[in-house]
Amino acid sequence: MAETAGPIVEIKRVSKIFQLQDQTIHALSDASLSIRKGEFVCLIGASGCGKSTLLRIMAGFEQPSSGEALMWGKPIAEPDPSRGMVFQDYALFPWLSVRENIAFGPAGRGLASSQVKETVDKFIELVGLGKFANAYPHQLSGGMKQRVAIARVLANDAELVLMDEPFGALDAMTRERLQDELLEIWQRTHLTVVFVTHSVEEAIFLANRVVVMTPGPGRIESDNALDLPRPRDVASPEFNAIRRVLGAKLHSHHGKKAA
Amino acid sequence: MTIADTSIDTAAEPAAKPSGRPKSPWRRAKPVVLALIVPLLLLAFWQVATTERWTLLIPTPYAVAEYMIDFAVGGIYDDAYSATLLTHLLASMSRVYGGFALAALFALPIGIMVGRMPTARMLLDPFLQVMRPIPVTAWLPLSMILFGLGAKSAFALVCLGAFYPILLNTVFGVRSVDPKLFEAASMLGCRGNAQFYKVVLPAATPAIFTGLRLGLGLAWFVIVVGEMTGVPQGLGAVIMDGRTLSRTELVICGMIVIGVAGYLSDRIVVLIGNRLLRWSPNHHG
Repeated sequence: MAETAGPIVEIKRVSKIFQLQDQTIHALSDASLSIRKGEFVCLIGASGCGKSTLLRIMAGFEQPSSGEALMWGKPIAEPDPSRGMVFQDYALFPWLSVRENIAFGPAGRGLASSQVKETVDKFIELVGLGKFANAYPHQLSGGMKQRVAIARVLANDAELVLMDEPFGALDAMTRERLQDELLEIWQRTHLTVVFVTHSVEEAIFLANRVVVMTPGPGRIESDNALDLPRPRDVASPEFNAIRRVLGAKLHSHHGKKAA
Repeated sequence: MTIADTSIDTAAEPAAKPSGRPKSPWRRAKPVVLALIVPLLLLAFWQVATTERWTLLIPTPYAVAEYMIDFAVGGIYDDAYSATLLTHLLASMSRVYGGFALAALFALPIGIMVGRMPTARMLLDPFLQVMRPIPVTAWLPLSMILFGLGAKSAFALVCLGAFYPILLNTVFGVRSVDPKLFEAASMLGCRGNAQFYKVVLPAATPAIFTGLRLGLGLAWFVIVVGEMTGVPQGLGAVIMDGRTLSRTELVICGMIVIGVAGYLSDRIVVLIGNRLLRWSPNHHG
């Protein structure tokens, strides 16, 4: 695949309408977005703004009601290992150990077992779970489970990692550690990350670009490039200036609809 | 090179359960002592009730114990039932496990189909829901007409008794798979029918296992009815004989053996389950 040619993901005027009994919900209205390889993009907005819907369309779990979602110029028709998803509630297979969870994708592709083992070992080390390789998910803390979920998509050669509020259920300390680890992995592996969050601070800390979305109907309010140097200091005046600007954009539609 | 330092992480959020101090003798004995209180009280009441002659139709615990020994190894009464316990127990066990295995053979595939295929559910679910409340006892006459007097009929009735719990739990198990797991599997490259083996079946094992455990319990539960079909051997047959011959001690011996055998059989299943379902946080019976 020619990596020079165009964006990795292109969302062209995508709308999504859900039919719930006799209710019609406009989850996403006329959204356009293009993501280049290697970017770290955060989608941010209040609940109901369509950020998760947009992410699920990129994953191939949902199809747009109108418009087009493309990866490397081809329509995204179904889930694919090249687009790994990290869920807020982990969605690990509880009957598989840490090692087996990470091996799920590579083994399913029919790689030789020695090759699977090598890959799995590499990614267990990357997320620092060597001592817990044979533990089952219920024996792990939330932070450790999310590390397994990240390792599992990386081990499966995902080039685009889609993360749906992945650190939302974690305590503040674990969340900060995982943010640091994720940035380090991203910088070393040249992944493309699309990260959904409702925390302005998290978005500014992580992203190259912050896409602000507003609800009712869900749509893209603004697309903000960030050029703060890394590592970023959440207490710095520059950081806070951006936080104020994005916060204002995020709440610009509050009068329109109750949160 | 590792990015994360797990030692810090585990200190911040303890995940491994503490194994605890070594148990004191009392703490170890406590479950056994507590478990024995109710049976011993019942035994005392039985003893008082029979020695005080509140009833003349029930033998004393001592008489039953003596008869149990004769039933097991003989040498006391030397009647038709002396030293026959093992024969009857084996006969009943073959029906319990045979009927149970047959029930599992039918209930598992039907349960999986009803649980996963809407057409199969619409076809079979109403029928099965109507059949389910009919007790095994009610099937006894029909079973004897269909399968004749004897072992085949006993087998069929035990099978019927074990069928529904296995079926219902299998349906529940394959239906209640977390939808997120299908999404996780598909984004990892496992789609279509492969998901059945890699997601549905493993996710359903705890429920299926519960169904098998209940089914085996019910197989023991209905063995007396099953052996009302004119079989010469079996614990149920012994109890029915004891009733016709007014030999209550024989009836009580049969009841005790069924209870103990059913209990031991269940413990074995639980041990297998604990091993098989190590991964499941709520499956440690």
